[in-house]
Amino acid sequence: MRLGIDVGSTTVKVCVLSDTLDILYTSYERHFARVKECVLAQLAVVREKFGDGQFYACITGSAGLGLAERSGVAFVQEVQAAFTAIRRYYPDADAAVELGGEDAKIIFITGGTEQRMNGSCAGGTGAFIDQMATLLNVSVGEMDELSLRAEKTYPIASRCGVFAKSDIQPLLNQGARKEDIAASIFQAVVDQTVSGLAQGRRIKGKVLFLGGPLYFIKGLRRAFCKTLGLDEEHAVFPDNAPNFMSVGAALYAGSVEARPLSEITARLRAVRSSDDIVTGDPLFADREEYEAFVARHRASDLSFADIRTYAGDAYLGIDSGSTTTKLVLVTPDCKLLYQHYQSNNGQPLDIVLERMREIFALSEGRIRIAGCAVTGYGEDLLKAALKADFGIVETVAHYKAALYFNPKVDFIIDIGGQDIKCFKIKNGVIDSIMLNEACSSGCGSFIQTFARAMGMEIDEFSKLGLFAKHPVELGSRCTVFMNSSVKQAQKEGASVEDISAGLSSSIVKNAIYKVIRAKTPDELGENILVQGGTFLNDAVLRSFELETGKEVVRPGIAGLMGAFGAALYAMENVRGQSTVITAQELENFTYTSSSHVCKGCTSHCNVNVIRFSDGRKFISGNKCEKGAGRKPHSDELDIYQYKYERLLRSVEGGTGKRGRVGLPVALGFYEQLPLWAGFFETCGFEVVLSEKSSRELYFRGQHTVASDTVCYPAKLAHGHIESLLDAGVDFIFFPCESYNIDEHCSDNHYNCPVVAYYPELLKANNERLHDGNFVMPYLDLNDEKSSVRALHRALGAYKVPAKLIRRGLREGFARLTSFHADVVEKGNEIAYNAARKGLPVIVLAGRPYHVDPEINHGIGKLLTSLGVAVLSEDSVFEKGMPVRVNVINQWTYHARLYRAAEYVARHDDVNLVQLVSFGCGIDAVTTDEVRSILEKKGKLYTQIKIDEINNLGVVKIRLRSMLAAVEEQKRRRADEKN
Amino acid sequence: MKKTEQAAVADLRDEYPRFTPEMKHTHKILVPDMLPVHFDIIVNFLRRDGWDFEVLHNDTRAVIDEGLKHVHNDTCFPALCVTGQFIDALKSGKYDPDHTAVMITQSGGGCRASNYIPLIRKALKAEFPNVPVISLNFAGLEKDSGFPVNAKLLLKFIFAIFYGDTLMSLYNQCKPYECEAGASDEARGDCLRAIGDAFERGKYRRYKAIVRSMLERFLKVRRTGEAKVRVGIVGEIYVKYSPLGNSHLEEFLLSEGCEPVVPALMDFIMYCAVNNLNDARLYNKKSLSTPVFGLVYRYLLRVQRKIIRMTEKAGFEPLHDFEHLRKCADKVIHQGVKMGEGWLIPAEMAALAETGTENIVCAQPFGCLPNHIAGKGTIRTLKQMYEHENIVAVDYDPSATKVNQENRIKLMLATARENLAAKQEKH
Repeated sequence: MRLGIDVGSTTVKVCVLSDTLDILYTSYERHFARVKECVLAQLAVVREKFGDGQFYACITGSAGLGLAERSGVAFVQEVQAAFTAIRRYYPDADAAVELGGEDAKIIFITGGTEQRMNGSCAGGTGAFIDQMATLLNVSVGEMDELSLRAEKTYPIASRCGVFAKSDIQPLLNQGARKEDIAASIFQAVVDQTVSGLAQGRRIKGKVLFLGGPLYFIKGLRRAFCKTLGLDEEHAVFPDNAPNFMSVGAALYAGSVEARPLSEITARLRAVRSSDDIVTGDPLFADREEYEAFVARHRASDLSFADIRTYAGDAYLGIDSGSTTTKLVLVTPDCKLLYQHYQSNNGQPLDIVLERMREIFALSEGRIRIAGCAVTGYGEDLLKAALKADFGIVETVAHYKAALYFNPKVDFIIDIGGQDIKCFKIKNGVIDSIMLNEACSSGCGSFIQTFARAMGMEIDEFSKLGLFAKHPVELGSRCTVFMNSSVKQAQKEGASVEDISAGLSSSIVKNAIYKVIRAKTPDELGENILVQGGTFLNDAVLRSFELETGKEVVRPGIAGLMGAFGAALYAMENVRGQSTVITAQELENFTYTSSSHVCKGCTSHCNVNVIRFSDGRKFISGNKCEKGAGRKPHSDELDIYQYKYERLLRSVEGGTGKRGRVGLPVALGFYEQLPLWAGFFETCGFEVVLSEKSSRELYFRGQHTVASDTVCYPAKLAHGHIESLLDAGVDFIFFPCESYNIDEHCSDNHYNCPVVAYYPELLKANNERLHDGNFVMPYLDLNDEKSSVRALHRALGAYKVPAKLIRRGLREGFARLTSFHADVVEKGNEIAYNAARKGLPVIVLAGRPYHVDPEINHGIGKLLTSLGVAVLSEDSVFEKGMPVRVNVINQWTYHARLYRAAEYVARHDDVNLVQLVSFGCGIDAVTTDEVRSILEKKGKLYTQIKIDEINNLGVVKIRLRSMLAAVEEQKRRRADEKN
Repeated sequence: MKKTEQAAVADLRDEYPRFTPEMKHTHKILVPDMLPVHFDIIVNFLRRDGWDFEVLHNDTRAVIDEGLKHVHNDTCFPALCVTGQFIDALKSGKYDPDHTAVMITQSGGGCRASNYIPLIRKALKAEFPNVPVISLNFAGLEKDSGFPVNAKLLLKFIFAIFYGDTLMSLYNQCKPYECEAGASDEARGDCLRAIGDAFERGKYRRYKAIVRSMLERFLKVRRTGEAKVRVGIVGEIYVKYSPLGNSHLEEFLLSEGCEPVVPALMDFIMYCAVNNLNDARLYNKKSLSTPVFGLVYRYLLRVQRKIIRMTEKAGFEPLHDFEHLRKCADKVIHQGVKMGEGWLIPAEMAALAETGTENIVCAQPFGCLPNHIAGKGTIRTLKQMYEHENIVAVDYDPSATKVNQENRIKLMLATARENLAAKQEKH
């Protein structure tokens, strides 16, 4: 008989085949990281059924490798196993898609066999779906049910769980339907598979779908079929899909030596864990040390007052966080009357309403809520619903609270469910704010998800780590990476205790070295205050103290600091009668939610409308005022809007006698479009621009994306190419330029490698492109002679005389110069108007392509809606001095950034926000440099990382915090002067 | 804005320790572990010239952790490894921070790698503010901290690299097939000694004699003659060669019963020279040094071709002829793609396929910008050109687990073995 064992990242599958290769038995079980035990248990069942005969055995699967190596049982790579099985059972299949716990794979069979697996940073797998189900607080099965009743899908980033979370959470907070979100999650998985794996190759013909998730989740199946356009005949879901790989392994086992089952079992049992894992020191030497630690922290607790007897004024603070909702009610002397901390489980508004009813019930009319402030992700909704007095930025709330516990505090770190926030405080002002970027979050909800995966509650799980003897070193990066580190440690035999302690220390390291980016712990400050729900976990707190070598303050209400700060804020600032909802109003209060696509502008926002029972309504999800039914904000103060329109206007139009040229409005064209429009129009071509960027356009080109870790502006270029091909142009023009135009303020004038050579990749990965319809000359525009020569050759088919080409280039440069002049002039006008109106100015500094509203997600509009005038780096950099920086200053656009920063550093009412595209390796260099230029002059530095994520919530918090800090700084300076 | 402000330049640099020529006599210089064989030869002759060099071999987890602590998250993995290795070494207490310097190469290309030096300086500043960072470059960068290179030294480097390439290639061709375990390592040891002697006696330029002696020594290693899967390694220069960077990829391939085929380091040097010539040809970017590059290139090519002919005659697979590599590149991508390893990567992949090494690991740091285009971006074209081309692109990253990387390589190997079996059946 043959035995196939498939050890995946989450499950173990076993199958037995007869000698004639009929499937006799299969099993499928989750192993909860106890790989060996699970395999042995299943083999025991096999032995019971089939006796201890001779077996040809083979192991497969990502977690089976170590087991096979150490036991001497044969191993076959899982894709190979699948391939073997496909050839036997489905010889006519054209392709197969397999989703596993941690892997996603595609096998192309016909038209050149090819097997692909996801890269190490690709979500979109079973683990991702589990994580999302946890987030929605449903089982995977329930999520599937929900998805079948969906009415629409939202765009959700699928590259990794962290990204998706930050897309989903705001949707939940805004009251979007769970049904729609569930379906959107499955769609995200499909998109990830199609873009991340297929990479330029279409999945077509008869397609097999394998692996657990695709077998069990109907919604996922449906999404795949719909996206790939497969009918029932072409989409095959084998009955033995979850076991497919184990069957393949059994088939493969034909070539190995047969052994008695008892021997195989004995060999597997004898496998010991290896010493591959690195371990650290225990958190506590002994119980005494722990007790002392607990006693020390108990000193920072608040005192209480009894809500059942207290009579008088009270202040309510609400912190509607990303994953939890927090409420506190305090007396004017800061005694705690009532506190609540709860996971959102979807709808924060319900939780708050219920709690407020409870407060009113407990206080029996003795207590008057004299002021109420709301903070956090759900601020807008709650403020509207409860008619709260204030809505404040989280960062301000946290600082207020921290001050109460330690007036000397100079560093606050808050690790919440999904965010890490740190602020340094200098001279009583928030001096710098650091929030985790989407790629470095390793926060509380990760431990939570993980605890649940182990079948435990978070408290229980984290306590296990306190006395672990050998905490595992898990590294410090994003959760997806940590996830596989954890799994690897488990495979190597680390205990749950060691992993729990290891996770705590990872989170701390992540915060210190990745978010704060401290080189040494001393940089943090002298008086550190830690807070956030995650720090209630003693193991995390201890890890933090050990890593920093400092004793820190953790308030007893560490998880409620935002709410407490809000209450304090309300107390300090409320004037007269509070507007907050009364007990009576609350009694009859209900709401309904619905959603629609706003047609106000081209953004097509998904707008959620919540209607309250008193007739008011709250609108969210809109990027601009139009969606909320208000008058659109004027673009007079937003240079980004101006620049984009001005750029597109550089095409004068008209028909050309030589043909139609397509210019993709992507990457370098955001700068050079005027040049090329001028060039081609002069040379007698009709210029056709690609469609405006949108998510749909991105999807259209998604199947030709070759590298899933490249930046979003580059990925969008694929869609632009498709749109031009569909427009039926004679050819597409996209030059390769190692060297950008020399602006004489840097040592060299390179383009970044992606901007410089992306046309090569586009051409190589799109089957519709060829030499005839895609022209990509190599140019250095600083040298006219060679440029004319190269263009002359490239446009040979159109017989453009060299003389005309020279004239065209000159006209192009003239248009480029006038474009720049207009941008600078508009910048001056905006700066003048801002000064006249007393508005703060922000230089939103990035690259030329950040002007695309699909890439910047309307941050310019967001800023103007916050009452700020927006300039761009290219409208001000000429006013900055040329700079010498620490790094090699050899990219044209970077030199602009540095000069813009230099300009901002010298001007009081101007601040800088740097836009960085995720995956931009070169910006890893510029961001530190820009920060240092600004900080040398005491300026705040703010960075916003953007990707395909369409969520401005986090960005808004960042910007508001920054504006609040700037305001505070200004007030301080004014005070000092007086 | 006032006019005076316009003219001025704002100097926003931080202070850093310079490297001065006198330090030759007072400082130990640490070098990161990148090419074990090559660096052995180079350090050896530099020591004889009076320099106190040491190649670092620390590669524990602590190296990566130090790197993570000191280098920006999004900076590429090689920067992180190199920085981590320096800091970990300095922290070990083995070196006197007041009399130690660290050295790193610098190319000055349009990829972020040219910024390693400032990154390392920044990292050292916090804990070892007196340790200077030396730049080894041939482009006149970092004039105040460059390693003094003259024509004679340059020549020594060139021959050391030629010998290192040959030795690496011969070793890889013998090791998987050796009849007596350890015979290839012995041969390598002997050759290293012989090369060392040649430098000692000032006869390092007699490359024909030296190469001949290497070939003869390796011919003495008895080989089984069985057919094994051959796997080429191409990619970003650091992770392609450095065992620390690629989780000991060569060793892993050997343990899987494969023959690793690692293209020459000299290819990269010649690639840099050719890029200079290409810039002149494409963009009229001529400078005084352009004809020098042309001369150097032609000289290198002559030596390379001679070594190739000798290797062929001895019955070993020679390294690639660079002009041939350029032709290979032209089939896949334009030679204007010159940032990072640029067109060299597809050129090597194509050349490997043409010489019977169709299985390839294309190694790059996670998120490597030039490799989006020159590495992953060209795979589709290559697969269309060569029916059996079997490429796996592996991203290296501090937190990507070894299991994950090896699993992907194993997938490639499974296909490779199948192809090999099919080929043997045909014969």
